[in-house]
Amino acid sequence: MKYLMLVCVDPDLEPGAAEGAPDVDDWVAETDGKGIRLMGDRVRPGSDATTVRVRNREVLLSDGPYAETKDLIAGFDVLECADLDEAIEVASRHPMAWGGVIELRPFWVDGQD
Amino acid sequence: MSGANARDSRDLRDARDSRDAQDPRDARDSRDANAQAAHDANTGDVSLREAVAAVYADGWSRIVATMIRFTGGDWDLAEECAQDAFAQALRSWPDTGVPRQPLAWLTTAARNRAVDRMRRASTETAKLREWAAMEREQPPPYTRDGEIPDERLELMFTCCHPALNLDAQVALTLRALAGLSTAEIARAFLVPERTMGQRIFRAKQKVAHAVIPFRVPPAHLLPDRLPAVLHVLYLLYNEGYSDQRHKARLSAEAIRLARVLAALMPDEPEAHGMLALMLLHDARRPSRADAAGELVTLAEQDRGSWDAGEIDEGTAVLERALRMRRAGPFQIQAAIAACHATAPFTAETDWPQVVGLYDQLARIAPSPIVDLNRAVALAMTQGPEAALAVVDRLAESGRLDGYYLLHATRADLLQRSSRSAEADACLRTAIELAPTDAERRLLARRLSAS
Repeated sequence: MKYLMLVCVDPDLEPGAAEGAPDVDDWVAETDGKGIRLMGDRVRPGSDATTVRVRNREVLLSDGPYAETKDLIAGFDVLECADLDEAIEVASRHPMAWGGVIELRPFWVDGQD
Repeated sequence: MSGANARDSRDLRDARDSRDAQDPRDARDSRDANAQAAHDANTGDVSLREAVAAVYADGWSRIVATMIRFTGGDWDLAEECAQDAFAQALRSWPDTGVPRQPLAWLTTAARNRAVDRMRRASTETAKLREWAAMEREQPPPYTRDGEIPDERLELMFTCCHPALNLDAQVALTLRALAGLSTAEIARAFLVPERTMGQRIFRAKQKVAHAVIPFRVPPAHLLPDRLPAVLHVLYLLYNEGYSDQRHKARLSAEAIRLARVLAALMPDEPEAHGMLALMLLHDARRPSRADAAGELVTLAEQDRGSWDAGEIDEGTAVLERALRMRRAGPFQIQAAIAACHATAPFTAETDWPQVVGLYDQLARIAPSPIVDLNRAVALAMTQGPEAALAVVDRLAESGRLDGYYLLHATRADLLQRSSRSAEADACLRTAIELAPTDAERRLLARRLSAS
C-alpha cells in the first residue's frame, strides 16, 4: 500500500520539544534500504510557490501557496508499507514528526469509492 | 486491499437481496416487547427466539470477525452475511430445531452466503471471475463450534485503532462487536440515525482505504494500543451508567465485552482491573436512585440492595489482577470501588486505605479530579478542615472551575466546618453547573436542608 507522507512544519512548536529527535539521514538510509521510501524530497517554502488555476479556459496564476496549505509543507515522501501501522511506525521515526507534523495519506487505488 | 476488491464489494452490495424481513436483532429486542411476547406465546416461538437471541449475543462478533477475515477485509459484506445467517436461522430452526453446534451452523451459512455473493458479482468482470474460480472454492462446512477461529480481539483492536477518532471507535465497537443496529446506536447517542449511519460508513471506509490492519498489535505496540480499547469500553460503560433509563443497555454490553477482553488477554492486569471496576460500580447501581428516580448519595444508599454476587466477582477479578503486580489506573480505581462496596456502612469504610489508593493513582495518572476525590476521603481521616485546605488550593488553581462537584464538595466541607453562608454560595454555583436535572435536584435538596 502506498502512502503520501506530507512533512509539515509546526508553527506552534514549543522550544526544546524536538529534543532527541532522530537524524534525517539515518531515516532516509533506513527506509531506502528496506524499500519503504520510494521517493521524497524537501520542497522550497511557500514564498517560492506558484498557484495555478484554469477558469473559463484561462490560466490564472498567483504568487505564493494555496491559502489552506500556507507555509506548512516542507517536504514529502512516498512510502510503500504493508499497512497503516507500518506507515505510522516509519513516520514516527522521522525527525519532523518530533519537530513538526506528518500527515499520512493513503493513495487512491483504482476502482475505490 | 486492492481496488478490485473494493469495487467488487460495491457490486456485491448492489446485487444483494433486499434485507430480509426477519432481522435477528428483532429476536433479541423482542425480549422486552410485550406485544411480541404475547404473539410468540401463541405461536410457540418464544424458546426459539430466545435461543437465537442467546446465540446472537455471543456469536455475532465471532461470526463478523471470521467473515471480515474471509472476505479480505470487507466489513459491509461480512456484516451482511452474518445478518443473513441469523435470518436464515430464524427461518429454518423452527423446523429443524436449534442445531447442536449453532455457531458452526451460522458461520457456515454466513460463509456460503459470502461465496454465493462473490460468485454472483464475479460474473460481471473477468478479473473477479478468475478470482472466484481460483480462490473461492466452497470450503467444507464447519461441524463444531470449537472450529470457529476466535478473532474478536483482532476486531476490538481494529475498531479501537487510534487512527480513528473516538466517536468512530465507539460506533464501530457497538456495531461490529456488540451487534447493535445503527438505529440503536443512534438512539444511545442522541443523534439522527442517518448521522450515525454516515459515521459508521466513514469509519469502515477509513479502515479499508488507509489499510488499518485486522490484527492484535505486536507486543511493542500494546502499551499504546490497549489503553484505547479500555478507554472505549469504559466510556460505553459510563455512558450507560449515567443514564439508566435510556442507556442501561450500553453498560451491559460494555461489561460483556470487558469479560471477553479479560478472557482473551489473561495476562493483562488492566483488562481485569477494568472489568472489576465495572462490576463493582454495577453492583451499586440499584441503589443509586430511589423509587421516584431521584439520585441517592453513596452515604445514604441502601447497601442491602447492592448486588453481592457482582461485588464478590468484582473483588475476585481484582485480586487476580493485583497478583500480577503491575498496577495501573483501572486496578487502583477498582480497589477504591472495592473499599466502598465491601464496607457495611460509610463510617466502616477503610478511609486511610482509600486515601492511600488515591495517592497512588495521583502518582501514575495525575488529574485534578483525582485530587478532588482524594480530598473527600481525606475529610474522613483528617477532618473537613484538612480536606478544605486541599480543595481550596484546587479551587485557586482554576483547573476545575467549571466542574460542579468541585463546588458541591467544597460546600459539603464548609458546611461541616460550620461555615453555612459560604457553603450555600458554593451550592448555588454547583447547581448552576450541574449537568443533569437529577443532579440539580439533589443539590437543591441539600440547599434547602442547610
